[in-house]
Amino acid sequence: MEIDPAELDTALAKQFKGKAKAVALNQQALESGRKFAQENLDRQLVPVRCRRMNQTAGKIIIDGNSAAALGCMFAGITVATWYPITPSSSLVETLADYMRDYRVEADGKATFAIVQAEDELAALGMAIGAGWAGARSMTSTAGPGISLMNEFIGLAYYAEIPVVIFDVTRVGPSTGLPTRTQQSDILAIVHCSHGDTKHIMLLPCSVSECFDMAVDAFDLTERFQTPVFVMTDLDLGMNNWMSDTFKYPTRKFDRGKVLNAEDLNKLGAFERYRDVDGDGIPYRTLPGTDHPAASYFTRGSGHNEKALYSEKPEDYKNNMDRLARKYDTSREYVPQPEVQYTKDAKIGFLAFGTTHWAVIESLDQLQREHSMPVSYYRLRAVPFTKHLAEFFERHDRVYIVEQNRDGQMASLIKLELSSVLGGKMRSIRHYSGLPIDARFVTDAITAAESAEAAGKGAKK
Amino acid sequence: MSTIMQPPTSTPPPKVNRIGLSLAQYKGADSTLCAGCGHDAITAAIIKAFYEYGVEPHQVAKLSGIGCSSKTPAYFLGQSHGFNGVHGRMPAIATGVMLANQHLLAVGVSGDGDTASIGMGQFVHLLRRNIPMMYIVENNGVYGLTKGQFSATADFGSKAKSGYVNDLPAIDICALAIELGCNFVCRSFAGDPKQLNALIKAALGHKGTTLFDVISPCVTFNNHEGSTKSYKYAKDHEELLHEISYVPFFEQINVDYKEGEGKDVELHDGSRIRLRKTTHDYDPTNKAQALNMLRSCQESNEFLTGLIYINEEKPDFLTQLRMVDAPLATLPQESTQPSEADLKAIMAELM
Repeated sequence: MEIDPAELDTALAKQFKGKAKAVALNQQALESGRKFAQENLDRQLVPVRCRRMNQTAGKIIIDGNSAAALGCMFAGITVATWYPITPSSSLVETLADYMRDYRVEADGKATFAIVQAEDELAALGMAIGAGWAGARSMTSTAGPGISLMNEFIGLAYYAEIPVVIFDVTRVGPSTGLPTRTQQSDILAIVHCSHGDTKHIMLLPCSVSECFDMAVDAFDLTERFQTPVFVMTDLDLGMNNWMSDTFKYPTRKFDRGKVLNAEDLNKLGAFERYRDVDGDGIPYRTLPGTDHPAASYFTRGSGHNEKALYSEKPEDYKNNMDRLARKYDTSREYVPQPEVQYTKDAKIGFLAFGTTHWAVIESLDQLQREHSMPVSYYRLRAVPFTKHLAEFFERHDRVYIVEQNRDGQMASLIKLELSSVLGGKMRSIRHYSGLPIDARFVTDAITAAESAEAAGKGAKK
Repeated sequence: MSTIMQPPTSTPPPKVNRIGLSLAQYKGADSTLCAGCGHDAITAAIIKAFYEYGVEPHQVAKLSGIGCSSKTPAYFLGQSHGFNGVHGRMPAIATGVMLANQHLLAVGVSGDGDTASIGMGQFVHLLRRNIPMMYIVENNGVYGLTKGQFSATADFGSKAKSGYVNDLPAIDICALAIELGCNFVCRSFAGDPKQLNALIKAALGHKGTTLFDVISPCVTFNNHEGSTKSYKYAKDHEELLHEISYVPFFEQINVDYKEGEGKDVELHDGSRIRLRKTTHDYDPTNKAQALNMLRSCQESNEFLTGLIYINEEKPDFLTQLRMVDAPLATLPQESTQPSEADLKAIMAELM
């Protein structure tokens, strides 16, 4: 295998540190083994070579939860409230470690508060309370925690309170396979809570995107005054991945439409839920603002533009329509997809999150083994953008690859598209609890394409 | 038709408190509760006490869950931010609000269902953490908004308007609070505004959770014969622990009373609460005595009111967190975003 003998000696010395006799014995055994191999084995039978290389120079190794935690710290979060759950626990634990190192002032005082709550309901309730009072606040959980948070998520949506929720997805339903991976919370999140709701979801595929999108999430939640979900999974969150170093976020934080006392002096009046700018996003004030016009009453019950209790049909509808308008505005602000139009491709893949890695390897396999050109649309956020329909228009069939039983993202995309474009949709689903791999994708798409060809032949 | 000129009436300047605000500036929207509801009397007591103390309205955050009681924050302090959350979850919201801005004065209003049933989990953890806030339970033993079901504080053997008799023991919110480490625990009655006024002002000077269990009769569903939370029952069975008066920090008067007549407790803000002895020889700083007293009153069906337990020594949760003095909510980016060099150092560790 061409392993440098000096490396083996180093390894032996480390393994049997302080036991000179054991080192010497093993060195002899190693030498005999090497001699035997050189004299008796056919080198061609061993397909693997082990050489010192520098391909990993400048790369880091980190898990997605730690990467997201770093993103949160560099996004300037001030309040994190959470409840332990696999596979998300290490996110806030790592955050707490970093924050103690980098977010404590010289006098020993912290620029943050991290609280382990009594359950997920309280974890999100605290984060919402903090978001309402103006903090960059967050919680981190997995599917069962999301189920418990449902009622509060609806409140934050309807009362328009910023909060970031990390969902490190594991296998459901119920306790499911808590130490296995899946992308099966898509539908549970996108319309989470009772009544009409729509939520923003960010879909990182890599550790560096965990970092970047954590930063994005806080700007988005404060800009849109609505919960923002960052969807990772166990495979990304808990496993170590190699990556380029993360880029420092240089932009100014977007703290959203917050009026202070000075603004109120100029404006005179303020209405909490009025769409002043036509983008669906209203203005808010923070408790503690020293101005008699600053206060308003937040409630999960029906309210009018002045935040007063109202059951009037026109007030309710006006508010719900504005919330939908606000969601539409967010399409331009969320991370845009990465679209690769491959030359001569008649078909395309659509994937998100960790499925990305299986898909890019499958693209190579398909080219190499079947000379099959396939385009690729990597979805990075919901709501969808204008690029989605275009991608469907330019291909005969689009295969949506995801890690759940029911094709949850496919269902969501079907709702978005016209019936003609929706007819081009195909679905590839992997849901064993293990991460999806390229061979699975390649086999699935080639089988499906053969069936398409056979079907067409039969019709003729 | 001739008009007669009236002499100009001299309108006296409105009475104001020590920060120059009138009583009207502490009021809120009109109540939509039933006429005679105990909750409205508590609302009035909050308005009066906050006015007299001279609380800055913009520094107050009013918080509640769901229920008749939870509607009341809309009826006081119209110049304060309010947040009417979800059923039983006000403690979590209050905790988050105080983490974001430790300088706010959080006033939580809850009910017996909101606190002792659906919200019990969050309630006990709020007390355990000792979040600095005023937590008022408007306790009527009944679910008013859903028309008269028993709550978990309904006394054993009490009779619902529908005729059902409650065959489960009541949860004693005060005893529970003391067990969980709450350092300001009082019980009062919506029909005793004087006592309530003194207790609210005293609570404003305490650092930590202040728990109010205020019996607040529901005139529509729990004010009948056989109820143990009616105006009549409460008046007939009220047992005063002590006569309470309050001496604010901004107008200290030294009136000594004779040895054995009562006790003064100094609060964190420098105010004093003066407890004059009634028939009981009671020391509200003695935890064991407080719990014994609650138990014996429960057994003898007495409705005990007053400052049941106080401890001014214990630190609150925010102090323990050791946060910077400025509110976390409005810290500038320079204070909350580590430098590019910091990120580089972290990246180097991960190589």
